[in-house]
Amino acid sequence: MAIFIDEGSRVVVQGMTGSEGSKHTARMLRAGTTIVGGVNARKAGQRVDFDGTSLPVFGTVAEAMAETGATVSVLFVPPAFCKAAVIEAVDAGIGLAVVITEGVPVHDTAAFWAHSVGSATRIIGPNCPGVISPGKCNAGIIPADITKPGRVGVVSKSGTLTYQLMHELRDFGCSTAVGIGGDPIVGTTHIDALQAFQDDPETELVVLIGEIGGDAEERAAAYVQRHVTKPVVGYVAGFTAPEGKTMGHAGAIVSGSSGTAEAKKKALEAAGIAVGRTPGETALLARELLTG
Amino acid sequence: MDLFEHEARDLFARHGIPVPPGEVATTPAGAYAAAVAIGGPVVVKAQVKTGGRGKAGGVKLAGTPAEARAAAEAILGMDIKGHTVHKVLVTAASAIADEYYFSFLLDRANRTWLAMASAEGGTDIEEVAATRPEALVRQPVLTFDLATAKDIAVAAGLPESAADVLVRLWEVFVREDCTLVEVNPLVRTESGEIVALDGKITLDDSAAFRHAERPVDTAAGDPLERAAHAKGLNYVKLTGDVGVIGNGAGLVMSTLDVVAQAGGVGPANFLDIGGGASAQVMADGLEIILGDADVKSVFVNVFGGITACDAVADGILQALGMLGDRATKPLVVRLDGNNVKRGREILVEAGHPLVTMVETMDDAARTAARLAARGA
Repeated sequence: MAIFIDEGSRVVVQGMTGSEGSKHTARMLRAGTTIVGGVNARKAGQRVDFDGTSLPVFGTVAEAMAETGATVSVLFVPPAFCKAAVIEAVDAGIGLAVVITEGVPVHDTAAFWAHSVGSATRIIGPNCPGVISPGKCNAGIIPADITKPGRVGVVSKSGTLTYQLMHELRDFGCSTAVGIGGDPIVGTTHIDALQAFQDDPETELVVLIGEIGGDAEERAAAYVQRHVTKPVVGYVAGFTAPEGKTMGHAGAIVSGSSGTAEAKKKALEAAGIAVGRTPGETALLARELLTG
Repeated sequence: MDLFEHEARDLFARHGIPVPPGEVATTPAGAYAAAVAIGGPVVVKAQVKTGGRGKAGGVKLAGTPAEARAAAEAILGMDIKGHTVHKVLVTAASAIADEYYFSFLLDRANRTWLAMASAEGGTDIEEVAATRPEALVRQPVLTFDLATAKDIAVAAGLPESAADVLVRLWEVFVREDCTLVEVNPLVRTESGEIVALDGKITLDDSAAFRHAERPVDTAAGDPLERAAHAKGLNYVKLTGDVGVIGNGAGLVMSTLDVVAQAGGVGPANFLDIGGGASAQVMADGLEIILGDADVKSVFVNVFGGITACDAVADGILQALGMLGDRATKPLVVRLDGNNVKRGREILVEAGHPLVTMVETMDDAARTAARLAARGA
C-alpha cells in the first residue's frame, strides 16, 4: 500500500528535457521509480538517455498514457506554461499530477484547480517537493536516500521540514511522505493526505507539518478529531514571523490576526494532537507513540 | 506586493473606473500646488501600505490650498504603525451620498475567488463581518459578468448602477494578476456617479513575469532587504541578534522559532538560500548577514537533501574564503541529512576559527544565542 503512489505507479515527466526535469528524472530513476517517458511537444519522437535507461519523449500526455499506461505525471514545466500543462494532464485523464514548479501565478493555479474538480485527476502542488513512497516510487524531488520503507506517514507544506522529520524517524521508515506545497492554493491538502493515511494499512502514525498562513492546519485539526483514529503528531513553523511579511513560501504570511502559528498550534492541541516545539521534539513525540 | 493607494488609483483609472481628480505630493509646497491645480476643497491622504491611517490622523480635509499645505506638513514624516509617510495623495473632496464596500480576494480554504460587498462602506469591514455578518455579501466567483455584478449589487444593497464599475474591478483583478482588490469606500456621489474613493491592491508576485510595467516596490525600506533582493535572495529583516541562514522556507521559519525559544535573544533575519544552494549563494547570503550591524552571531542550519552535506560544508568554507577579512562574527553550523558524517569531518578538519559545529538544531540555537549574548 502507501498512499497516492506505489510500486505500480507508472510515471511520465512533463518537462523531462529541461535542466531541472532531466536532473530529477535521473534521481527518480535511481530511487527505483518506474518512469515510462517524458512529454515535450517540440521534442516528440526523440529518446533521452539516463545512465543507460533510454526514455521516449511523447508529444502529449494523452499519447504517453496510450503508449505506456502512465498513471502519474510529474511536472517541471516553467511557470508561464504550467497552467496549460496541468490542464493537458487533467484532460488526458491521468490519475495524479504532481506539480513541482515554483512561482505559478495564483490565478493560474485557481484556474487549473477549478478545471480538475470532478475530473479523474488528483493534483499535488504547485510549488511542492512531490510525493515519495520509499522503495516503491518517488514522484518529485524528495531525497530518496534519507529514510527507508516503513510505517510513518508525513504530510507537510514545507520540503526541508519533511526531509528533516523523515530523516529523524528513519529507523521506523516512511510509508509515504507528501509535500503539499506552500502556495496559497494547493491541489492536495493536509486533509486529503490524512484521509488517505487513515485508510492505508502500512501507515501507523502521521506527522503533520504546517506553517503560518491560511487556515489549513485548523481545518486539518478538526478533521483529525472527527475522522482519524491513528496517532498524529504535529509541528508548526513561523511563531516569530512578523505580520504582513511573506516568509519564503508565497502562502506563508500572517494577515492581521489570521494565519498565526499560535492559532494553528492551539487548534491542533485542542484536537488532541501532540505538537512539538521544535522539529527534534516533534520526532521525539512520534518516537514515544511508535514505541510506547 | 501591496500597492500604495495612489498606485491602485492609477490602475483603476487605466481600466475606466471613475476616481476623483488627484495628484501625489512629497512636500507641503507640492500639496499646495496640487490643491491649486485641482481647485476647491481637497482631501490630503498619507500614502502608507498599512490600514488605520484615518484613525492615526493621516487623512485631512482641506478647504484651501493653504490648508492643504498645512495638512501635508502635519502628515509627511508621520509614523503610522511603523511606516513613515513619504508622500501624500491630494484628491478633490467628493460630495458623498452613500458609501459602500466592495472587494475581490482569494478564498484560500475554498480554493477560489470571493466577491464581497456591503452597503456599510467607509468603516472597518472586519468589524462589520464580525458583528453583523448579514450586512456583508460573500459570493465565490470564478468568472464575473454584468448579470452576476447586478445580482451581488442588489443583494448587498448597492445601486444596480454600480454593476458596471464592479465588472471593471474584476478586469483589474484578473488582468493585473491581483490577489486582492478592495474599494472602501466605493461611493455614490450626490450627482449619482459611482466613484472609487480609496483602493487597496495586492499584486501576485509570482505573476510579475507577465507584467513588465508593474511599479517597483520602493516601500521595502530596509537597506539590507533591498541589497538582498538585488542579489535574488529570499531575505526578511527581523529585530534580533542571531543571523540565520538555512535551506527551505519551512526549515528557516522553524530555525527562527528555535532561536527565539533559546532565550535572551531573537533572530536577526529570515534567509532561505534554497534546496540546491551553491557556494556563491552561501557567500552572498553570509555577506548580507555579516553586513548587518545587529548580528552578533550567525546560525547556519542546513539539511542536506538534494545537495549533500559534504558539498554544503565545502560551500561554507569557500564562502568564508571569498569573504576573507569581512567575515568577523562567529558561525554556528548545524548539518544533517545526506553525507552528514563527511560534511562534519570537512568542517572539523578545516578548523576555521569562526566556525562551531553543533549536531542538533536545538543545541545549535542555544550555542548561537550564547555567542550572541556574549558579543552584545
